[in-house]
Amino acid sequence: MPSLGADMEAGTLVKWLKRPGDTVRRGDIIAVVDTDKGAIEIEVFEDGAIDTLQIEVGQKVPVGTVLAVIRGALSGNSASAAPPTPPAPAAREPQPARLLVSPAARKLAADRGIDLAAVRGTGPQGAITHEDVERAAGATGQAAAPAPVRGGADRASAMRAAIGAAMARSKREIPHYYLSSTIDMNATLAWLRAENERRPMPDRLLPVVLLIKAVATALHEVPELNGYWTSGALQQSPAVHVGCAISLRGGGLIAPAIHDADRKDLSTLMRDLRDLTGRARAGTLRSSELADSTITVTNLGDRGVDATFGIIYPPQVALVGFGRIAERPWVAAGRIEARSLLTATLSADHRASDGHRGGLLLDAIGRRLQTPETL
Amino acid sequence: MTDAKVRLKPDTTSETNTASDRIAPSDRSVRLQPDEHRTRLLHEMIRIRRFEEKCAELYSAGKIRGFLHLYIGEEAVAVGSMQALSPQDAIVATYREHGHALARGISMNALMAEMYGKHEGCSRGRGGSMHVFDAKTRFYGGNAIVGGGLPLAVGLALADALQHRPHVTACYFGDGAVAEGEFHESLNLAALWKLPVLFLCENNLYAMGTHIERAQSQTDLKAKAQSYLIAAETVDGMDVMAVEVATRRATERIRRGEGPMFIEFRTYRFRAHSMFDAELYRDKSEVEVWKARDPIATFSATLTSGGQASDVLVSAIEDTVTEEVAEAVAFAEAGTWEPVEDLLHDVYTPAREAHTAPAVEVK
Amino acid sequence: MITTTYREAIRAAIREALTKDARVFLMGEDVGRYGGAYGVSKGLLAEFGPDRIRDTPLSESTFVGAGIGAALGGMRPIVEVMTVNFSLLALDQIVNNAATIRHMSGGQFSIPLVIRMATGAGRQLAAQHAHSLEGWYAHVPGIRVVAPATLDDARGMLWTALEDPDPVLIFEHQTLYNMEGQLANNAQAVDLDRAAVRRPGKDVSLITYGGTLGKTLQAAETLAGEGIDAEVIDLRTLRPLDMPTIAASVKKTRRAVIVDEGWRSGSLSAEISARLVEQHFYDLDAPIARVCSAEVPIPYPKHLEDAAIPQPPAIIAAARETMGRRG
Repeated sequence: MPSLGADMEAGTLVKWLKRPGDTVRRGDIIAVVDTDKGAIEIEVFEDGAIDTLQIEVGQKVPVGTVLAVIRGALSGNSASAAPPTPPAPAAREPQPARLLVSPAARKLAADRGIDLAAVRGTGPQGAITHEDVERAAGATGQAAAPAPVRGGADRASAMRAAIGAAMARSKREIPHYYLSSTIDMNATLAWLRAENERRPMPDRLLPVVLLIKAVATALHEVPELNGYWTSGALQQSPAVHVGCAISLRGGGLIAPAIHDADRKDLSTLMRDLRDLTGRARAGTLRSSELADSTITVTNLGDRGVDATFGIIYPPQVALVGFGRIAERPWVAAGRIEARSLLTATLSADHRASDGHRGGLLLDAIGRRLQTPETL
Repeated sequence: MTDAKVRLKPDTTSETNTASDRIAPSDRSVRLQPDEHRTRLLHEMIRIRRFEEKCAELYSAGKIRGFLHLYIGEEAVAVGSMQALSPQDAIVATYREHGHALARGISMNALMAEMYGKHEGCSRGRGGSMHVFDAKTRFYGGNAIVGGGLPLAVGLALADALQHRPHVTACYFGDGAVAEGEFHESLNLAALWKLPVLFLCENNLYAMGTHIERAQSQTDLKAKAQSYLIAAETVDGMDVMAVEVATRRATERIRRGEGPMFIEFRTYRFRAHSMFDAELYRDKSEVEVWKARDPIATFSATLTSGGQASDVLVSAIEDTVTEEVAEAVAFAEAGTWEPVEDLLHDVYTPAREAHTAPAVEVK
Repeated sequence: MITTTYREAIRAAIREALTKDARVFLMGEDVGRYGGAYGVSKGLLAEFGPDRIRDTPLSESTFVGAGIGAALGGMRPIVEVMTVNFSLLALDQIVNNAATIRHMSGGQFSIPLVIRMATGAGRQLAAQHAHSLEGWYAHVPGIRVVAPATLDDARGMLWTALEDPDPVLIFEHQTLYNMEGQLANNAQAVDLDRAAVRRPGKDVSLITYGGTLGKTLQAAETLAGEGIDAEVIDLRTLRPLDMPTIAASVKKTRRAVIVDEGWRSGSLSAEISARLVEQHFYDLDAPIARVCSAEVPIPYPKHLEDAAIPQPPAIIAAARETMGRRG
């Protein structure tokens, strides 16, 4: 069970998309797991063939549990030149049986936060009944925990609880420092206007894409703000995966990653951002997108805020916040003039960096935005 | 006569209860001389005729929907027979009952509104053409199941008999109903229990499209009634006076406690069975033969030639009726549709209307 | 308390109604001299005379229709139809007139009529005298359908039905007429609105009415011996259904078995089952079970008749199944 976020402790396997014997390639989706934040697709990171599935549908297991064993394509008895031999049907793992749960039991389990996978059914055909859930609740004292449930108000409240837990942990453990800086956006906006005029409507860029790109490349100059704080030490990340905070329609927040944002051109970033937003709201994010961010960008400019001071999403060590771009008086060469200005902020982990380094990052971001054509 | 402009104003002040054994056929009366009663019969028949002609027009215009069965040609039966009934008597009619309703005294406004399905209709719009009901005049439907009204009439008469009320229940039905089991069951029971039922068979020769010769082994319908030992006669249903006379004779007999009575009226409908009927089952020539005996035209001719009503008077009746029909259409048009929120009304009696037995103590 | 039978309880109810209200009269085939096909009205002709205890010819449609007409005319008729199978000859009057006239007349006329009839199998009367068609009548808006299953209801439902301004059909299961038991001396009219919990329990709701109430209670006792605590609901009124009482029971037990002597297809049990699933899905712990008559006309031989209609072993098995138990 991959860890898809600092606040994820366990996941419930909803569906296997591959069976033993199936060939898989890096990036393939092999399973769907339900978490507090929604159903997440699990991808594999190596080529090979599924050997065994270790977890049955409906089972809830802690992060780190082996879900399936993948046989490497170049090891074992199947050569890369030959397609893997499908195992004889007799040797195949039996399909996991559907978990039978009565409507009353399902509702009670949802209300009380009981994991149905751990309940033994005594009803017709072994179905889990209301009493079975009550018994299980009594045994585990699970009554108060929010349950992994699908949809509606239950989902929203579970997500609320998960965000709360992660943010509380962050504020408790991470010594935050905060910096802010005002950036002149006139050059950026002028370039963007001209650029968008020559682009077909669907390919037009939003200012936020330039901000993401600026943050991603600025991190090359200050690499200690890009990575994780784990086991008491900073682990810098060579790749820059920018987590983009996306608010969900039903309430709540999710920050999936745009992978290698520093190496993508603006059009690709724009596409990726649209895709992420859509899938975040549809609940079809991939596991790597939830787990891989090395820094988070949050932009509340479109909500009209002037500046955003965020809380770091552990184990990351920095978060860049943006407010709105607005015309304000600006003194340049002794003259007051109206300029489009943006307040950029940095929340950073003092264990990993100092304010001096943080200031450099904001400065690097501001500089990049003065030459948007280089982004 | 100098009454070229005879005033035929609606008389809303008088109850027009000139005959104690007769209820007002409408709230309009005709001030005329010399034979008020006959002229009134003519007026009533014309009211029915013009009302239904307007209905046919409104049906074509889509204002009236559902099934519409016109009584045109048979007006003498309803008008003549109603003269013999008192306001306390009960009426059970068929789905071809506009004539009975008007002749009984249900207002043309309420009837037209019912044709439209408006809330102001006599059945509050819930019944339509085939289900005219009116508590005030003891008009118990408007029954669209052929033969379905006969058992009701027997029961109404039983209630009167058990409560020692001298009322008659007049039950109208067609020759088609005579083939139904309920006809035989009802005549048998009414005769067996000597109930005050007046069975009025409107034999227009066709059960929808089936001629009586093709439906009845015994086409002399009064013979069927006689087989239950019910006094029966056959009367010319195209002659309003003959209808009235025969019906009076029958009701007097019933009121004397001599049990039920059966009258077969030989009549004919000039129009199709309902609006959507190609009339493949009869010749146009047959219709023409009967039309020569049009109850309105013949009665009108009798009256004018006998000097009892002038042509001027007849055209004054027509004017009044035209006005009444126009007013009824305006009334129906101005009527309201029952709110859909009231859909479930009138399925069960609301608790407040529930009567607490016993209202009648056993002595 | 007095010891009496279901038959005598109904007779006492008819007698009381005839005594209390001059508008009440009894009408039907052989209700007078013969004393009623099931002996219910025995002795009433001598007591009340032929005006009020009226033998009719064999003409169901007309004497039921006459009951409707008499109700329209101010009387409070009790019409007895010998069995539900014969009532089909009067179906036109019941469905096309009794149930519709209030509506068709825009609320001008109500039909305060009571129709009583025998229903059900169990006496080897074969396929034209033993069916349970009350579910058909329960389909029709405009009428009320009740099924007394106890002495108290046999005694008390009639007067309440007579006070109802609309038509009420009373279905008397023919195996109940001889049922003997205790009845209070001052037994009163009873309501026609609520289902009754005849045996409280917590594990499974057995929902039934009329002739199968006894069998269901018997099944509940056997289940109790196995540690299954069954609640038995007597519907009493089949239209309108008292869903609050049914729902309260199922909410508690989370399991329902419906026992209905009607055929399964398109039955009253199907209606109850559908409503439970529609309105109380999340209260259920097991699929709803039904014990109904086999899809066959009721056969004459005893062993086949017994096999065709609900019996305690089938009720017990269905209840066990909902509890996840085998056998």
